[in-house]
Order: sequence, then C-alpha cells, then structure tokens
Amino acid sequence: MSGHSTYVPKSAVGKWFESRLPIMGLIHSSFVVFPNPRNLNYFWTFGGILAFMLVSQIVTGVVLAMHYTAHADMAFNSVELIMRDVNYGWMLRYLHANGASMFFIAVYVHIFRGLYYGSYKAPREVLWILGVIIFLLMMATAFMGYVLPWGQMSFWGATVITNLFSAIPGVGEVIVSYLWGGYSVSNPTLNRFFSLHYLLPFMIAGVVVLHIWALHVPGSNNPSGIEKKTDKDVLPFHPYFTVKDAFALSCFLMVYVWFAFYIPNFLGHADNYIEANPAVTPAHIVPEWYFLPFYAILRAIPDKLLGVLAMFGSIAIMVVVPWLDTSKVRSGNYRPVFQVFFWLFAINAVILGWLGSKPPEGMYVIASRICTVYYFAYYILVLPLLGLFETPKSLPASIADSVLGKGGSGSAMASGAAASPSTKG
Amino acid sequence: MATTHASASAEPTRRDFLFLATGAAGAVGLAATIWPFISQMAPDAATIAAGAPVDFDLAPVAEGQIVKLFWRGKLIFVRHRTAAEIKAAQETDVTSLRDPEADSARVKPGKDQWLVVYGNCTHLGCVPLGNEGAFHGWQCPCHGSVFDTSGRIRQGPAPINLPVPPYAFTSDKAIRIG
Repeated sequence: MSGHSTYVPKSAVGKWFESRLPIMGLIHSSFVVFPNPRNLNYFWTFGGILAFMLVSQIVTGVVLAMHYTAHADMAFNSVELIMRDVNYGWMLRYLHANGASMFFIAVYVHIFRGLYYGSYKAPREVLWILGVIIFLLMMATAFMGYVLPWGQMSFWGATVITNLFSAIPGVGEVIVSYLWGGYSVSNPTLNRFFSLHYLLPFMIAGVVVLHIWALHVPGSNNPSGIEKKTDKDVLPFHPYFTVKDAFALSCFLMVYVWFAFYIPNFLGHADNYIEANPAVTPAHIVPEWYFLPFYAILRAIPDKLLGVLAMFGSIAIMVVVPWLDTSKVRSGNYRPVFQVFFWLFAINAVILGWLGSKPPEGMYVIASRICTVYYFAYYILVLPLLGLFETPKSLPASIADSVLGKGGSGSAMASGAAASPSTKG
Repeated sequence: MATTHASASAEPTRRDFLFLATGAAGAVGLAATIWPFISQMAPDAATIAAGAPVDFDLAPVAEGQIVKLFWRGKLIFVRHRTAAEIKAAQETDVTSLRDPEADSARVKPGKDQWLVVYGNCTHLGCVPLGNEGAFHGWQCPCHGSVFDTSGRIRQGPAPINLPVPPYAFTSDKAIRIG
C-alpha cells in the first residue's frame, strides 16, 4: 500500500511463497516499516482501537448467533437462555452489547479528532468519506442488533426508526411495509434484521480495508497538520506505533471490560428486559445513547418530513465537510478562532445527546432547536467563513521542528524520553 | 457511429443493431433478476391471508373505555366515547385543524359514541396513551403528539389524524373490521 516493498523473505519457503503471493511484503510495508509522522498523539490510537472493536464484535457476535433464535416468539427467551444456560453466555452477550457502546465511543473520538486536526482536507477527502460510510454502516448494524433481543425497546425502537421512512411523500407507506414484510414490525422484520445484522459487519470490514488503503496513500495526518517531508519527520510503524497503539488499546480495554463485568446494564434500558408488546409503548422511549444527538435533531423540528430530513442531513453533511472548510491550515492547533467554535460544537453535540434523552416538551424542545441550529451553522456558516476571515498562527517548517520546539506549539519530545523506567523497588 | 461498410451511409449498421439489442436484452434481464429480490420484501401470502376481517363485540365496552385489538398485525383502538367527549369532538372548529376532518366523517351515522381508529401514532408509530393530553383524547409518549377525542392531530409532530380503518356495524353492538 505504500509503494514497492523492501521486504526480503529469509527462508526458502518464504521466498517461494512471496514470489507467488506477496502478502507478507504488503503487511511488512503497511504495518512494519510504514513511515508515520513522529508527533502522533494518543488521539491517533483510536483507529487501531476501532479495528480491534470490529474484530471483537464479529467474534462475540458470530458465537452469540450460534445460540440465538431469530423468531418473534422465541428470540426473547433465547437471549435469556444465553444469559442463564450457555456457558459464559452472559459474558459473551455483555461483551457484545457493551462492545457496541465502546465501538461508538471510539468512533466519536476518532471523528472529532478528524474534525479538529482537519484530517478531512485534501488529499484525504476520499479517506474521510469512506469513514462516513463506515459510520453509517455502524449505525445500521447497531440499530438492527438492538432489535434482536425482541424486548420492548427493541420493538419500539424498530417501529420508530422504520417509520422514519413513512415520511417520504407518496411511496413512504409502501416502503415501510416492504421494510417490515408485513403491516407492522413483526416476525419477518426480525428475521431480515438478523440476516442484515450478520452481513453488515463484514461490509464494514470491507470498507475498512478501503479506508486503510486510502489512508496509506498520503499517510496519517498529524497534530501539526503539515505533511511529512524528510525522514526526520517520521518513525517506522513498528515498534513505535504498534507499541503506542497496544498501550492505548490496553487502557481502552480496561474501561470496556469494566463496563461489561461491573455495570453491564448501565448503558442499556430496563424496559428491554420486558418482552416486546405491540399494544403498549414504554412510557419513556429513547434510543441507545450513541443515537441521542441525532434523535434530538429529529425531535427539534415540529414537521415530520423536515425532522427526518434534518436527522439524515446531520450525518450526510459530513460528506461535504472537506469542501465546506475553506481554511488552508489543517490543524486546529494553529487556528485560534476555529478552536472556540470547534469546542462549542463538541459541547453542543454532548448537549444534543442529553436533550435527546429528555421528554420532548417545553424547555427541552427550545434548547434542542437552538443546538440543532448551531450544529448545522457550524458546517454551513462557520467552516466556510472562518477560512476567509481567520488569521492562523504561523506554522512550523516541518513536523520535526514542531516536535523539537523550533516554532509552532509542539512540546519537546524529551519529556517522553526522560520518563524513569520504573519507580517500583 | 463508424461504419465498416463501403457504402458509408448514415444508416445504422448491423453492429449498431446488435449493440442496442444486446443492451436492451441485458437491461430487461437485469430488471427481471432484481425484481424477485425486491418483491420478497413485501408482506408474504401468510401475512396477507392473516388480514381477514375480524369481528368485535362492542357490548362489553363500557362508556369511557378504550379497547385495543389487532387487525393485520396493526393495533386498533375502539373507544366508547362519553357525551362530553362527543360534544368536544363535534364542536371543534374544523378549519383550525392541521388535517381538517369533521367528527361526523370519522364515525358511522348514528353511532357517535363509537370511535374506531388505528392505534399507532401517525408520526413514528408509537402507541398513544388514552385520555391524556390537552384534549383528553390521546397523547403519544414518544414525541409528544396530542390527539383529540376524535383521534385528530392537534399538537406535536404527527402530520395526519389517526386513520379510521375500514369497518362496518354488523349489528347494533358488533362491528367487523376489514
């Protein structure tokens, strides 16, 4: 992926194989000697964390599917049997359910990292758009996975989300009945959601390959936002970044398993332990936390069609961010005014999430509207106009300069190198 | 298109014809291949067959009570309205409504006390709670749509009134839905 490989197999078998399928050379050039900017901070470890989470979700998911029954009459019970009868079923299910949340935590950090450091700008637009596609696939997968336990939240979440398509003028009702395979969310709906929930992660894996491919053409962006120029700017992927990624992943996994083992239902809803009942909607229905900001945008708008358009638009607009941001400077580190708007945007997104969990009345609706306006204004007004009016700080001459403190705002590398090996006796 | 014939006429050649004919046959074949994959998503024969009309006995439904039943897997409310509820529904200014519809158009003649409507909110399909909201009809717990005692949308995001399913009185105290 990074040009011609310098990999030379040592063994005769290795040479024989490499001349027929040069996959070891590809791995070697992509993940061993691949030159990464030397100044990558811990926000750049979330790509690796996300790759791990995808594999983790696929492994736990494939095993869970061996014990799950995709039928409206049996699904809820089969999940309870997984929890009680299957050896370590409780652990696999809690790892899978909490893994979805952890996947989204990591992807949100990853997205905001990209937004702050301008990782979407040329020449990385296609890389960014592939990321948006992965995010959409993740949302679809998570939504359909949440339907499978066939609890009250599963059923009514499925009803609300599929009904979004009924907002399409004219053909909406027909489309919804084709999504359901019936006249309401029912057994055919559960069956097809199970099929797609199993399929989509492998489609995500496919797009991830394209994402990494597109990444390895220009290489990673970095906190200074300037491209690598000389060998002084880079370090080989292994061992420098494999170790950094592994350490970050270990820390992340501690949080993940802490959730899975100690507070496995903290991010879920008690209502989902009640079997689906098409006659009663839970009094307080909310989606999983990772959908809340978009849910708040949906509810902020008092018109059904416009609300649905705004919700899908809030994700679709990310596709054109590379062309909305007019600033020549990539990294937010050198854009003082941008920083203010960016952090407002981040806080705004969190507030939208909180509003999405509140009932749709009174102050909450008004606040949702204000936050929705800012969400879109950031993309449509702030990013295009800031590039024209803002005076950025002076950029360092190179990545090496930014690290070694010559100009720019990078901190010296010595602080990391001087850390004492061990304080234990 | 260039012609290989010496005549050099502007007439289509056999190659042009084969190109278009192959393309057309391919397009028809592609559509015919895709169609079954789309069509299988529709409600299947069993689901449609299960949509046969259902009979419902109104006699046990007390005044003021709302009863839920299912037809074609869809929830239906049968509401035995009180005199006050009927009066409120009838006296509403129809022109002020989002989806203008007179109460008389939503019940059967002479059966003002019986309101039969679909039980899923026309916004995103949740089940509204009976006797709630500013108009004492229904209020949806999901996104706050408020319906009056005729099932008409009065506040919130739902675009239209709760639809009235096809039904008829088979006797004074019984209806057939479907």
